Amino acid sequence: MSVLTPIKGTQAVYRLNPVSKLAASAIISLTLVLSIDWVSAGVALALQIVIFFWAGIGLRPFFRRTVPIWIAAALGGFTMLLYGRASGETYFQFLLIQISDGSIELAIATTLRMLAIALPAVVLFITIDPTDLADGLAQIVRLPARFVLGALAGLRLIGLFAEDWRSLELARRARGIADRGRLRRFWGQAFALLVLSIRRGAKLATAMEARGFGAPIERSWARESRLRSADGVLVALAIAISATAVTVSVLTGNWNFIAAQS
Amino acid sequence: MSVDAVGARIDARAWGWRHAGRSDWALSGIDLIIAPGERVLLLGASGAGKSTFLHALAGVLGGDDDGEAHGELLVDNQAPNIVRGRVGLLLQDPDAQVILARVGDDVAFGCENLGVPRDEIWRRVDAALTAVGLALPLDHPTSALSGGQKQRLALAGLLAMQPGLLLLDEPTANLDSDGVQEVRAAVETVVAKTGATLVVIEHRVSIWRELVDRVIVFSAGGGVLADGTPDRVLAEQGESLAAAGVWVPGFPPARPVRAARRDTNAVLTTEALVIGRNARAVHGEPIAVELEGGRALAITGPNGSGKSTLALTIGGLLPPVTGTVSAAGLANGGAEEPISWKSKELLTRIGTVFQDPEHQFVAATVRDELAVGPRALGLPEHEIEARIAHLAERLRLGALLSANPFTLSGGEKRRLSVATVLATRPPLVILDEPTFGQDSRTWQELVALLAELLDDGTSIVAVTHDREFIAAIADQELQLVVPTRARRDDGESAR
Repeated sequence: MSVLTPIKGTQAVYRLNPVSKLAASAIISLTLVLSIDWVSAGVALALQIVIFFWAGIGLRPFFRRTVPIWIAAALGGFTMLLYGRASGETYFQFLLIQISDGSIELAIATTLRMLAIALPAVVLFITIDPTDLADGLAQIVRLPARFVLGALAGLRLIGLFAEDWRSLELARRARGIADRGRLRRFWGQAFALLVLSIRRGAKLATAMEARGFGAPIERSWARESRLRSADGVLVALAIAISATAVTVSVLTGNWNFIAAQS
Repeated sequence: MSVDAVGARIDARAWGWRHAGRSDWALSGIDLIIAPGERVLLLGASGAGKSTFLHALAGVLGGDDDGEAHGELLVDNQAPNIVRGRVGLLLQDPDAQVILARVGDDVAFGCENLGVPRDEIWRRVDAALTAVGLALPLDHPTSALSGGQKQRLALAGLLAMQPGLLLLDEPTANLDSDGVQEVRAAVETVVAKTGATLVVIEHRVSIWRELVDRVIVFSAGGGVLADGTPDRVLAEQGESLAAAGVWVPGFPPARPVRAARRDTNAVLTTEALVIGRNARAVHGEPIAVELEGGRALAITGPNGSGKSTLALTIGGLLPPVTGTVSAAGLANGGAEEPISWKSKELLTRIGTVFQDPEHQFVAATVRDELAVGPRALGLPEHEIEARIAHLAERLRLGALLSANPFTLSGGEKRRLSVATVLATRPPLVILDEPTFGQDSRTWQELVALLAELLDDGTSIVAVTHDREFIAAIADQELQLVVPTRARRDDGESAR
């Protein structure tokens, strides 16, 4: 399961606290969704690419994990190109499709924006170990330990669910009911998986309780989650990228605040 | 581990428990005292409430919403849910007890919940891992552990909490023989080291007999049926316990008498067969299988050697990576490879019983479950009824026909999963670990039924660790080995 196996390494990005990674990508996304111009997105993306080299993730894993984003960004851009709000000169028209200066600009802005929001999120998230994230959320953000640890333990079951699903599928072929009714079978199988997961969840809850989980005692933490200076640098970089992108965009007159549009 | 770790004392006075929504008491009238440091084996027919008792001692039975108690149950003169951490409970299912992704973190989990200071936690983690014989790095992934290792990991997690009472609820039922020995040895070390009181439920008496100094038998009708030294209790109750499904040394389940062999034809053969999942080979080496009518083949080998994968491949459920499985004798002149058959065609040719019966259940009642195969074949209703009636009688499912399959006991689920496959009378039956965790009564019935099928000319392939099962029915054994390359390659294929 790729979600459960973070990339490991020794560069700075692997030593950052997951909480600061969450914060950094939240800062960038929140800023970039405020406008849909190509300048702010382009500036942010350009700065990010410089920083990706510093992150120390190899090109191969980087592209392997971000393939869906490149595809989604291209598709999003293409849709905008064909159907985006028309303005300026029109180059091609067919039924609802209208390619114009306006739609070309929207297409570029959309593609850049999706990349600028999603790429840093992926780069930061693929290096997050779920256990470290839970430690950070509970100790630094002070989310309730019961909730965070329950979710963390539940996450481990995802791998088992995937195996259950495969077995359920094979078992239905063995039971002679896999030739027809694909959709109905899917729902039946999904229901069986639900029953199995609830049982697994209940057993896990008992096992956790048997180890004192939920006891009315102040919990201690075996692993300390702490923010270091590098975490400050990461958040500062995120702020700097966002600020630069907005500034350049406003100065060049491209900034269009979404709330200001009709 | 620590100097003050002295065993806990248990007091039960006329104690009983009724689960919410049930009219019968799960157990009642339990009167007993277990002294600090005693080692007790708890026996009884299934349904006698042994697990409920252990859960109650561990304080995980729940509150008033979950059921109703009468009498008194005390650990060190206090209610069990108050002395959390004083009691450690080890459960049957190894997969359900792994809580965190790394070995060290998992062991530390219990200590964290008890508020143990950080430095002390890691000292205890090291000591606990050593005590259970798990010499692994702290960041070793828990998903890469075998069943026996997972149980020892869970034991280490309990041990690190320094409990005075260790409760083991069939801790070895899901393990192969190596796993059983690992866990047994780890428990012995732990108890010797800590002086903790031990209560273990297990229906295979021989595993724990030498370690315990007292045997308590719960009566299915409520109360304590027998209580005393292992020798005395087993001499007095051995026969009735064996009849109730407990594996008692000296009272082995009956083995079937097989009919004389007849000469038969090949049912299934393989050629240059390389097995694997998602086109990734488990073994580089091809596996040769040759199966004749009315013969039983046992597939054995350690975890990760591809036994289940081989069974699924022979059964026409997984495609071979390379090579072929050919079952010309079953194909009625059609394509010879089982994987190319339709799902419906498999029904009357090859039946597969999965390791986990719950994966196979598709209906809301036992009756409908048995009817699924015959209905898919389009058999007339009266024929379906006749087959259900026959199987229900043969496999003691008659009283359960309108029950939901998911609510059955372990033994009942196993019998049902076998019955669903037999309902369409395939000439080749494949079973994955059919005797895992079964009591001796179900074992005996299962083996007798399979022997009967063999005598009638049905072929059987069984993935199994169970030497007694192999001795009882197997004609040949195929021993698989763990591929040397898999572990180094990548973590995922090593599972």
